[in-house]
Amino acid sequence: MFADVTFLAAEPHAPVIEPAGADGVFSLLWLIIALPALGAAVLLLGGRRTDAWGHLLGVATVSASFVLGLVSFFGLMGRGAEERSVDQFLYTWFEAGEFRVDMALLFDPLSALFVLLITGVGALIHVYSVGYMAHDPRRRRFFGYLNLFVAAMLVLVLADNYLGLFLGWEGVGLASYLLIGFWQHKPSAAVAAKKAFVVNRVGDIGMALGVALLFATFGSTAFTEVSAVAPEASDAVLTALGLLFLLAACGKSAQVPLQSWLLDAMEGPTPVSALIHAATMVTAGVYLIVRSNFIYEAAPVAQTAVVVVGAVTLLWGAVIGTAKDDIKKALAGSTMSQIGYMMLAAGLGVAGYAFAIFHLLTHGFFKANLFLGAGSVMHAMDDDVDMRHYGALQKMLPVTFLTFAMGYLAIIGFPGFSGFWSKDKIIETAFSENLVVGLAALLGAGITAFYMTRVMLMTYFGKKRWDRGVHPHESPKVMTVPLVVLAALSVLGGALLIGDWIVKWLEPVVGHAEHHELSVAPIVLTLIIVAVVAVGVALAWFLVGKPDVPREAPANVSVFTRAARADLYGDALNETLLMRPGDRLVTELSEFDNRGVDGAVNGTAAAFAGLSGRMRRWQTGFVRSYALSLLAGAVLVLAVLLVVNLA
Amino acid sequence: MIAFWLLAPLMVAAALGVLFARKAVHAALLLAVVMIGLAVLYLVQDAPFLFAVQIIVYTGAILMLFLFVLMLVGVDASDSVIETIKGQRVLAILVGLVFGLMLVLGVAQVSLGAATGLEAANADGNIQGLADLLFSRYVIAFEFTAALLITAAIGAMVLAHSERLKPRLSQQEMAAQRMRDYADKGKHLGPLPAPGVYARHNAVDTPALLPDGTPAEASVSRVLAARGTVRSAPRLADDIEELTRRLNDDGSSNIPGEPDATPKGPIEGDPSQQQSQTRDEGEEQ
Amino acid sequence: MSETPFLVLSAILFTIGAVGVLTRRNALVLFMCVEMMLNATNLALVTFSRVHGNLDGQVTAFFVMVVAAAEVVIGLAIIVTIFRTRRSASVDDASLLKY
Repeated sequence: MFADVTFLAAEPHAPVIEPAGADGVFSLLWLIIALPALGAAVLLLGGRRTDAWGHLLGVATVSASFVLGLVSFFGLMGRGAEERSVDQFLYTWFEAGEFRVDMALLFDPLSALFVLLITGVGALIHVYSVGYMAHDPRRRRFFGYLNLFVAAMLVLVLADNYLGLFLGWEGVGLASYLLIGFWQHKPSAAVAAKKAFVVNRVGDIGMALGVALLFATFGSTAFTEVSAVAPEASDAVLTALGLLFLLAACGKSAQVPLQSWLLDAMEGPTPVSALIHAATMVTAGVYLIVRSNFIYEAAPVAQTAVVVVGAVTLLWGAVIGTAKDDIKKALAGSTMSQIGYMMLAAGLGVAGYAFAIFHLLTHGFFKANLFLGAGSVMHAMDDDVDMRHYGALQKMLPVTFLTFAMGYLAIIGFPGFSGFWSKDKIIETAFSENLVVGLAALLGAGITAFYMTRVMLMTYFGKKRWDRGVHPHESPKVMTVPLVVLAALSVLGGALLIGDWIVKWLEPVVGHAEHHELSVAPIVLTLIIVAVVAVGVALAWFLVGKPDVPREAPANVSVFTRAARADLYGDALNETLLMRPGDRLVTELSEFDNRGVDGAVNGTAAAFAGLSGRMRRWQTGFVRSYALSLLAGAVLVLAVLLVVNLA
Repeated sequence: MIAFWLLAPLMVAAALGVLFARKAVHAALLLAVVMIGLAVLYLVQDAPFLFAVQIIVYTGAILMLFLFVLMLVGVDASDSVIETIKGQRVLAILVGLVFGLMLVLGVAQVSLGAATGLEAANADGNIQGLADLLFSRYVIAFEFTAALLITAAIGAMVLAHSERLKPRLSQQEMAAQRMRDYADKGKHLGPLPAPGVYARHNAVDTPALLPDGTPAEASVSRVLAARGTVRSAPRLADDIEELTRRLNDDGSSNIPGEPDATPKGPIEGDPSQQQSQTRDEGEEQ
Repeated sequence: MSETPFLVLSAILFTIGAVGVLTRRNALVLFMCVEMMLNATNLALVTFSRVHGNLDGQVTAFFVMVVAAAEVVIGLAIIVTIFRTRRSASVDDASLLKY
C-alpha cells in the first residue's frame, strides 16, 4: 500500500517509516500500559480491603512500567535509525464496513521519550504522594486515580492511531476531573473539576471532528497510513484538520482561548498539580501537534495559527503569574506560559519540533520539581498556600529550598541548567523564523524571570510573616528524595542536547530541518537572553525583595495588576460571551416550554373542560328534550341523504 | 284508490286528534281509528292477512291493553296545556315540520317504476305465500321472535309484581283499624251505601237519599261524579210525585198501586197502559 | 296504483307521531304516539312489498307487529310500576339524569 522505506532527508516532507513487528523485548510493550491499569482496577474495585497496601501497589506498578519503558528505550536505541519504529498489534477494536480501527501500540522515538517522562516522573510523584497524602483517609483511592491517569496517558502516547489517542485523551480528562475534585467535600474543588472537564470538552469537539474528517478523507486514522497520503489531500481539508487539532490541543494544554481551567485546577492535591497539570497531561496537546507534523507541514495557515496561539499564551500566562499570591496559582500561570513556548516551537515547523519536545522534557523535570517543592512548603505551613504568609523559610526547610532553587534556576534559564538550553533553542528558532515572534518569546523570558524570582523571594527570604501557631519543619524523606532526584534532572537535563542528540533522535518522526542562519551569531543572542533575564530578576528584587512584603494584598494597585489578578479577565470574557447567553437561552427555552408548550397543552385541556361544562347543560334530564335532539339528528341524516341523492 | 282517498284524510285528522286530545281515552280511541284505517289500506294493497292481524292484534289486543292501563293509571288525569320545558313546543313543531317536509320531498322524488303487484306472490294465496317465506328464509327470525314474546311476558310479570311491603292485614286487624278510624276521624263504619233504587231508575248513577232527602255522595262512584253523569235524586223524586198526582186526579186513592175501578185516561209514561188504552179505545169505538 | 300517496301518508303519520312524542307529557299518550310511528312504518313496508312484487315487506311488517306487541307489554308494565311508586304518569317527573 505504501513504500517500504521513504526516508526523505532534505525535503520538508515528514518521513514515513514502516514499523517493525514487536518481537523480543518489545513484545512486552503492552505491559507498560497494563500494569498501571491493573493497579487502578485493583485499587478502585478492591475497596477498603486494599487500604493498607494500596499506595505501595500504586508505586510498584508505575515503577515497573518505568523499568519496562527503559528497557524498551534501550532496545530502540540499539536499532538503526531506519528501524526505530515498532508496532505491536493487540486486537481489532472495531470494524464497521470500510472502517477498521485496531488497538495497536507504536513505539518510536517520540513515544519512547514520553513513556520515560510519564513513568519516570510519575513514579517519583507516586513516591512523594505516599508521604504527602499520609494523613488522608482516602489515600488508596488517590493512588487508584493516579494509576488510572498514568495508564490513560500511556495509551495516549503509545496508540498508533488517532482514535486510540482519543481514547487516552478522554481517559486523562476523566482522571483529571477525578483528581481535581479529589477533596469532594470542598465545593470549590468540585466546581473546579467541573470547569476543567467542561472546558476540555470544547477542545474535544475539535478532536472528534478532526478524527471524523480523517476517516472521511483518508479512510484511516493510523499515523503511518495517514502520513503517507497526507500531502495528497486538499489544502482546505488539511488546514481544517490542523485547526481542529489545534483546538483540541488548546483545551488539553490550557492555551488561549481555553486556558481558564488551569488555575482553578490547583484545587486538587499538589502531587496532582505536579504530575497532571505540569509534567504530563497538559503536554498532551504538544504531543498531538508534533505527532501530526505531516498535517501541519502541509497546512501553513494552521501552523501560523499554532505560532500565534503559542506566542499569545506564553505572554498571557506570564502576566497572570506575576500577580498571584497563591504559590500554586503562580506556578500554574508559569505552566501555561511554558507550554506556550512549546506550542510556539511546534508551530515553527520541522526546525522547532525537536526543541518543543526538548523543552517539554526539561519543563517536566523542573516544573514537577517546583510543584513538589511547593507542596513541601505547604506541608510545612499547615497547607496554607498564600505566599504572603510565608517568608524566611530558607533556614527552616533547607532541602526544599535547595531543590526549589535548582528548579528556579532552570526555569528562568540560568546558564548551564536544563531550562537554559531548551528555552534558548526555542527563542533562537523563533528569531530565525520571525522577528516579532522572537521578541515575544524574549519578553516572555524576562517576565518569567520576574515572577519566579518574586515567588522565591516571598517564600524563602525576607522577614517571617507566618500565622500564629505555625511551626515550619522539613518534610519526611519519602517526600524529599523525589525532590532531590527531580532537582538533579533539572540541573542535568541539558545533557539531552549534547551533540544535538535529541534532534537526531527525533528525526525519524519529524524530519530533518534545514539550518536557518540567524542574522546575529548564536552567542550574541544567548547573551541578550541572559541580559533580559537578569533585568527581570533585578526588577523583582527591587519591587518585591527590598521592600517589606505586606501580609494583606494591597487594594489600590495599578490597572495592570488588577487585570493580572483577574486572570486578564479570561473568566469574565467566558462568562459574558458564553455563559450568560447560554443561561439566557436556557431560561428562555424553559419559559417557552412552561408557558408555550405547557400553556398549549394545559390550555387545550382547559378549553375542553370549558367546552364540556357548556355541553353538559344539554343533559336536562327530560326525556322529551332528548327526543327532540334525536329528531333533529334524524333531520340532519335525511338532509345528507337528500343532498347526496340530488347532487 | 277511492278507498285510499277516502280514508287518508280521515286518518290524518284522527292522528292530529291524538296529538291534540286532552283526555287520554280520547287519544286512544282516535288511535284506534287510525289503526283500522291502516288495516283497510293493507287490504287494498293485497295484504289480507295483515289486514286481519292488524285489527285483531294491534287494535284489538294492543290498544285495549293501553286502555286497561289507562284505567289503572288514572283516567281522570289530564295534561295541562302549559309547556314546562322552555322552547320545547316551538322547537318540536319546527323540527317536526322540517322533518315531515324532507321526508315527503324525499319520498316524492323516488321513482320506483311500475309496481309489480302481488299477483304472482299471492298465486297460492297470501297466507301460503307468507308461510313459505316465514318458515324458510325468516325461520330464525321467527324463532327469535318467539323467544322474545316469552321474554316479554315473563318480563311483564316480573315488573308488575309488587312486593308486599307491609304485612298482610288479617280480618281482625282490618276491623280494629276501621274502629279506630271511626273513633278518630269519624269515618263511616261499615260498607259504602248502595246507589239509590227507584221505581224508574236503579242504575249506579242514581244516588241514595239520606233521611233528610239529600243525596248521599258516598253512594255513587267518584268517577261518575267527576264525569258529571250522576242523576239527581230529587228530579226522580219529582217524577214520582207527578205520577201520584195524576193518579189522584183520576179519583183514585192516594195509595199508589191500588187498582182503580175504571181507568179514565192514559197514564203518562206507562207504555203498557197506553197501548191497552188505545186498544180499548179502539174497541169501544 | 301509484305508491307515492301511500308513502306520503306514511311519512305524514310518522311525523305526527314524532311530534306527539315530543309534545305530550302523559306517558301513555306518548307511548301511543310511538305506536303510531311504528304503524306508519308498517304501511310503508307493505307498500314496498307491493311495488317489488314479493312478500318480504309483509313478513317484515308482521315481525314489526310482533315486536311492537312485546314492546308494548313491557312498556306498559314499566309505566305501571313507575306509577305505583310515584303516583304520577308524567314523563317530566323522571328527570334524575339531569346534569
